[in-house]
Amino acid sequence: MGELRLMKGNEALAEAAIRAGVDGYFGYPITPQSEVIEYLMAEKPFERTGMVVLQAESEVASINMLYGGGGTGKKVMTSSSSPGISLMQEGLSYMAGAEIPCVVANVVRGGPGLGDIQPAQSDYFQSVKGGGHGDYRLPVLAPASVQEMSDFVPLSFDLAFKYRTPVLIVSDGLIGQMMEKVELFDTIPRLTDEEVIARYPWATNGKPKGKERRILTSLDLDPHKLEKHNFHLQDKYKQIREEEVRYEMIDCDDADYIIIAYGSSARISQKTLQLAREEGIKVGLLRPITLWPFPKQPIDDLVNKGVKGFLSVEMSAGQMVEDIRLTVRERTKVEHFGRYGGVIHSPEEVLEALKNKIIGD
Amino acid sequence: MAEITLQDIIKPENQVYVKTKLMTDKNLSYCPGCGHGTAHRLIMEVVEELGQENDAIGIAPVGCSVLAYEFMNVDMQEAAHGRAPALATAVKRLWPNKLVFSYQGDGDLAAIGTAETIHACNRGEQIVMVFINNGIYGMTGGQMAPTTLPGMKTSTSPYGRDLQSMGNPLKMTELVAQLPGTYYVTRQAVHTPSAVRKAKRCIRKAFQNQLDGKPGVSFIEIVSNCNSGWKMEPVASNIWMEENMFPYYELGDLKVDGQLVEKK
Repeated sequence: MGELRLMKGNEALAEAAIRAGVDGYFGYPITPQSEVIEYLMAEKPFERTGMVVLQAESEVASINMLYGGGGTGKKVMTSSSSPGISLMQEGLSYMAGAEIPCVVANVVRGGPGLGDIQPAQSDYFQSVKGGGHGDYRLPVLAPASVQEMSDFVPLSFDLAFKYRTPVLIVSDGLIGQMMEKVELFDTIPRLTDEEVIARYPWATNGKPKGKERRILTSLDLDPHKLEKHNFHLQDKYKQIREEEVRYEMIDCDDADYIIIAYGSSARISQKTLQLAREEGIKVGLLRPITLWPFPKQPIDDLVNKGVKGFLSVEMSAGQMVEDIRLTVRERTKVEHFGRYGGVIHSPEEVLEALKNKIIGD
Repeated sequence: MAEITLQDIIKPENQVYVKTKLMTDKNLSYCPGCGHGTAHRLIMEVVEELGQENDAIGIAPVGCSVLAYEFMNVDMQEAAHGRAPALATAVKRLWPNKLVFSYQGDGDLAAIGTAETIHACNRGEQIVMVFINNGIYGMTGGQMAPTTLPGMKTSTSPYGRDLQSMGNPLKMTELVAQLPGTYYVTRQAVHTPSAVRKAKRCIRKAFQNQLDGKPGVSFIEIVSNCNSGWKMEPVASNIWMEENMFPYYELGDLKVDGQLVEKK
């Protein structure tokens, strides 16, 4: 059993960064995630593990610090909230192109624009469809608890280095701010410089003696070479789609109806499941843990099993529902319900929507 | 007497100049007469002479020198436009024993990357920043730069830079010299043999500062020509540079060993 603590989601993420052997965190304050950098600064991680923490001048600078640091083979991480993540899209696109591993956590708030500082899930499109310019995808993990805010940090780094890609952790202001019991994993030692050099031959940390120097770039002025590079990226994304889908199913075995929800909405919907069962309505919950790659197979299986309808519950105007519809292909009913702009739906509202939009008369 | 062949002449003892092995054999993508190639070579000569070939990490910009990584034969990263100092910051923080430098033009360092430049300098990152100032956006076809001189014609100031509507040329080097985080700030040129020798001494000093762990940024501006962007022949562009750029961007040290140089 690991160490038990009562923590905010943002604090758990920060503590997990230290324990995951992160080499550098480069961040910029923004509500509702500022506790991440505050916690890190207070913890003096440089004394604990040698981890560097730096407050950058902007989110633009912090994501580019990740480019520099990640390009040397070190474990680098940042966190922000929606408006700050928008500023990072340029850097994420470059890093996808240059294949640089890093982890970026988005504690989503209401939008568009400056929006508000309340929880939202309206950054789904930006997270799973690429976000910046060019053809790329990023693995996206969606924690639904403070525990997962911690657990998904080392998991994200595993994916980031396995596939040489930025990985997003997409939570929201609710997960970031709420306190829960969390079991912390034991500290994973940071790699030594020698281990980094031996493990990541692509990294630019000084030309090895007697070997070719390394270049990290997203540029190729020859369109045929750039197309070839894109083929390589697409192959990688195909492999991720095949091997990295993660999801959780609750009460789906006998369910007539399925709620599909991630993060905070999944937590809220669990209560809806209970309320529905009390009324004799058999509802199950499919919780995507990876938003990209999207869990298409379990949805397909549920369709084939004959479920009567899916309700996508998101704190947005309906974004994930598009991916559900692409999977269901009108074989059964798919509807969306969600409050947004920082408003959180209640379990009762979700049940009401299920009755009105899916079950009908 | 046997005939002397070319092979007899190209003997190590006869060579007065050898290209540093830290410049690749790729043809430079620069226009004939441009200063970029010389600046690249000086940096690589210094890295080689300091024995830092295996410890140097360079950050390339966006602009004419976007392909700098093709020519400088050390580990290199290609940054987004303006962001090189942010990349260099993290590389140096995570690898304090490595020799880290960034290379940027005026649009990159003094316009889109102003924030990254100022803050890397203000934090006192232990890096070398090389700034090529030719007063114009060369790669995109000769548009106005933050450093374009008053009245200077470019494709986006076709009637000359009008200070009232287009703002003033930015003296970035004077600006960063004022920041406590810079340790060495100098402005040089590479258009004559003597200027090249002087510029090389300054580049060596900058890299030596980093090796010696001196606190702060070593910042080298190189005022250079852009004969194609300025629409002049190379020699004419160098004369124009001496007559117009140098009075505005005065050559010499601005800050040495953390101390501002008193103007005489």
